Amino acid sequence: MAEILRLDGITKRFGPVLANDGIGFALAEGEVLALLGENGAGKTTLMNILFGHYVADEGSVHVAGRELPPGQPGAALAAGIGMVHQHFTLAENLTVLDNVALGTRPLFSLSSGRRAARARLRQLSQDFGLAVDPSARVADLSVGERQRVEILKALYRDARVLILDEPTAVLTPQEVEALFATIRKAVAKGLAVVFISHKLGEVMAVADRVVILRRGAKVAEMRTAETDRHRLAEAMVGAEIVPPEVPAVTPGEVLFRLGGVSVAGSPGLDDVSLSLRAGTITGIAGVSGNGQRALADLLSGLAVPETGTAELKGAALAAWSPRQAVAQGIARIPEDRHATGTIADFDLTENAMLEDYARPPMSRKGWLDWGRARKRAEAIIEGYDVRCPGPSVPIRLLSGGNMQKLILGRVLEAGPSIILANQPTRGLDIGAVTYVHRQLLAARERGAAVLLISEDLDELRALSDVIHAIHDGKLSPAFARGQVTVKELGLWMAGQGGRDAA
Amino acid sequence: MDITDILLSATFWAAVLRIASPLIFATMGELICERAGVLNLGIEGIMVAGAFAGWIAVYAGLPLWAGVGCAFLTGVCFGLIHGTLTVPFGLSQHVVGIGITMLASAATYFAYRVALPEVSSPPRIEAFQPTGWPILGSQTVLTWAALASVAITAWVLFRTPLGLALRAVGENPAAVEAQGLPVHGLRMGAVAVGSGLMAVGGSFLTLSAFNSFFFDMVNGRGWICIALVVFGAWMPGRALLGALLFAGFDAFQVRLQQTELGAGLPYQLFLAMPYLLSILALILMSRRAEVPGALMVPYNKGER
Repeated sequence: MAEILRLDGITKRFGPVLANDGIGFALAEGEVLALLGENGAGKTTLMNILFGHYVADEGSVHVAGRELPPGQPGAALAAGIGMVHQHFTLAENLTVLDNVALGTRPLFSLSSGRRAARARLRQLSQDFGLAVDPSARVADLSVGERQRVEILKALYRDARVLILDEPTAVLTPQEVEALFATIRKAVAKGLAVVFISHKLGEVMAVADRVVILRRGAKVAEMRTAETDRHRLAEAMVGAEIVPPEVPAVTPGEVLFRLGGVSVAGSPGLDDVSLSLRAGTITGIAGVSGNGQRALADLLSGLAVPETGTAELKGAALAAWSPRQAVAQGIARIPEDRHATGTIADFDLTENAMLEDYARPPMSRKGWLDWGRARKRAEAIIEGYDVRCPGPSVPIRLLSGGNMQKLILGRVLEAGPSIILANQPTRGLDIGAVTYVHRQLLAARERGAAVLLISEDLDELRALSDVIHAIHDGKLSPAFARGQVTVKELGLWMAGQGGRDAA
Repeated sequence: MDITDILLSATFWAAVLRIASPLIFATMGELICERAGVLNLGIEGIMVAGAFAGWIAVYAGLPLWAGVGCAFLTGVCFGLIHGTLTVPFGLSQHVVGIGITMLASAATYFAYRVALPEVSSPPRIEAFQPTGWPILGSQTVLTWAALASVAITAWVLFRTPLGLALRAVGENPAAVEAQGLPVHGLRMGAVAVGSGLMAVGGSFLTLSAFNSFFFDMVNGRGWICIALVVFGAWMPGRALLGALLFAGFDAFQVRLQQTELGAGLPYQLFLAMPYLLSILALILMSRRAEVPGALMVPYNKGER
């Protein structure tokens, strides 16, 4: 097949940071190339250069033999490069059709050509199996549908190279399958696809060839047919990965129990029953926005059950509030470490005392004890391997992994009996993920009850003693370790679990 | 004269349109800016400058339409200053807007003193006259232009690729960038043209409603227009409705003062009425409004 895309010696610096270091690869028509690497390996930077969002310091991009002018998304589009960003670039208040047609006609033409655009959009939807209503408002669409709109945007412009940046991060296993089917259809029609990911299983499933990036440089290139997950992982991380062992622990008493609890919201919780036992990790699988937030809010004191019963250590919840939750020894690792877990411009010392600044020993008689606060921060930095210049730098200067380690230290230092871990490894690289997993397993061994909310099924299946799937505020039955397949979980996550049996 | 008499009189409706016209121009100008994601608080000062520019051009001997053109260009100039500071430089739209209002008002005062150093009361000009057409014959042709500006704004925004790009740049500039369109160019253009319309709104006061220029003649109309855009939920047709409603209250209170009711109550109460009713209508109407997603959010390439 003919070569459609070639990158040569792409180098890009952001200040002192070398984000891309002389990276080059080629791509043929009808081929799927995976770009594999951890967060911060330079994948997204490279693709932003290819698409003209950034200008490379050195190197060139050729599409179908012709060099692209740097820094012009318009030129990249015209050459047939279509990009589906990790964070969708859709205007939410506009319709699907408007989003797709945006910028495809000369700005100063008098008619919008909407009818022809609609017909073409329908045709493309059909050809590539991307069902979506052209007149629906994007704000009303699910995440999976929005991704289809993004792909349709590229196809509508006759893209010959389709770049998908972390496309599966937000999809259910079934939606991932549908996406892969679309990719195969596109490839069969002669398109070339660049698939950016850090998930090994997906890369093995969909790609023909893999280019592996580490710290901004290309470290390996292999054909998927000639390699395996283990070798990919090693090349990506640069060291052998040993998954933590899960020791056998006898489950203890029930520390937190929900019985038929409902909470209003969209979605809230609908008749949820759940028990968290000492020495047990309870996993909640689900696509985000299916009631995980309500469940987490309930445990962390931000919400109260409207109907049903909630018991904490055998006693009914009374005067439930975040302050109560902290006082009762519930450790909270929040979903969004930037928005709710930390205060960006506060330093590490201040962030380490956010939960108990008003109580001894952090404050006495209304005065903060900065000496103790600083000692605590230093202890966390030491004990939890937080890589930072010191306790007095603003936390926003830390990487996501180190920020998360500080949060872990803050909540685990006190030896909590109940731990809410909401998406604890989202956006972290493999090293940091392994660290978080070890800490959660250590807490479990110590006899803590852990509620692990995650979108990563591999993580859930590795750590959880019990798994529930959540869909639209309803919880599936509990599955013990090894009792459920990914496919079954996927059905429950889509709200179709148990249909065959019933 | 009772209330039904007021509402049925032709002069009442003529007054409504006359009061509404400057509001309509300026509201369309603000609406275009905000649809593209830029809040333009320079509106009050730009209206003052437009009122002066139109008037002084006609006083200097130019034809009336050239006066309107001068006002438009004056507005475009201030719009370009506003746009340069808020779009590529990404400065606070509140601060820049207030600054433009102060700059435009002060520059107008300065220009007035330079142009007419000796006069004690501003000279009069020959303003636009009523058309005498069968429909709305008591209105000048500028009122027709104001109504046309609503239709044109709506048509451009919702029926042309340019309008789609403008709406999208106010919703999510990253989407516009990803489709290869110039984010800053679109926003600058919107602010320039929108500011031009605001200045034309100001010039209506000197070239049609009155025939002279006073410093306090704009008198908060710009701020009303900001509220009308919200009232209209960023839709040209609904904003027009809001402008007519406000003008209706205003024309109504003047006439109500002359009734028996007016004799018994302090006149300040009547003057406050259109504002109070507008606030009430704003509260009722704008609760479901969809604010442009990227309003007041500067866009810098390569940042997220």
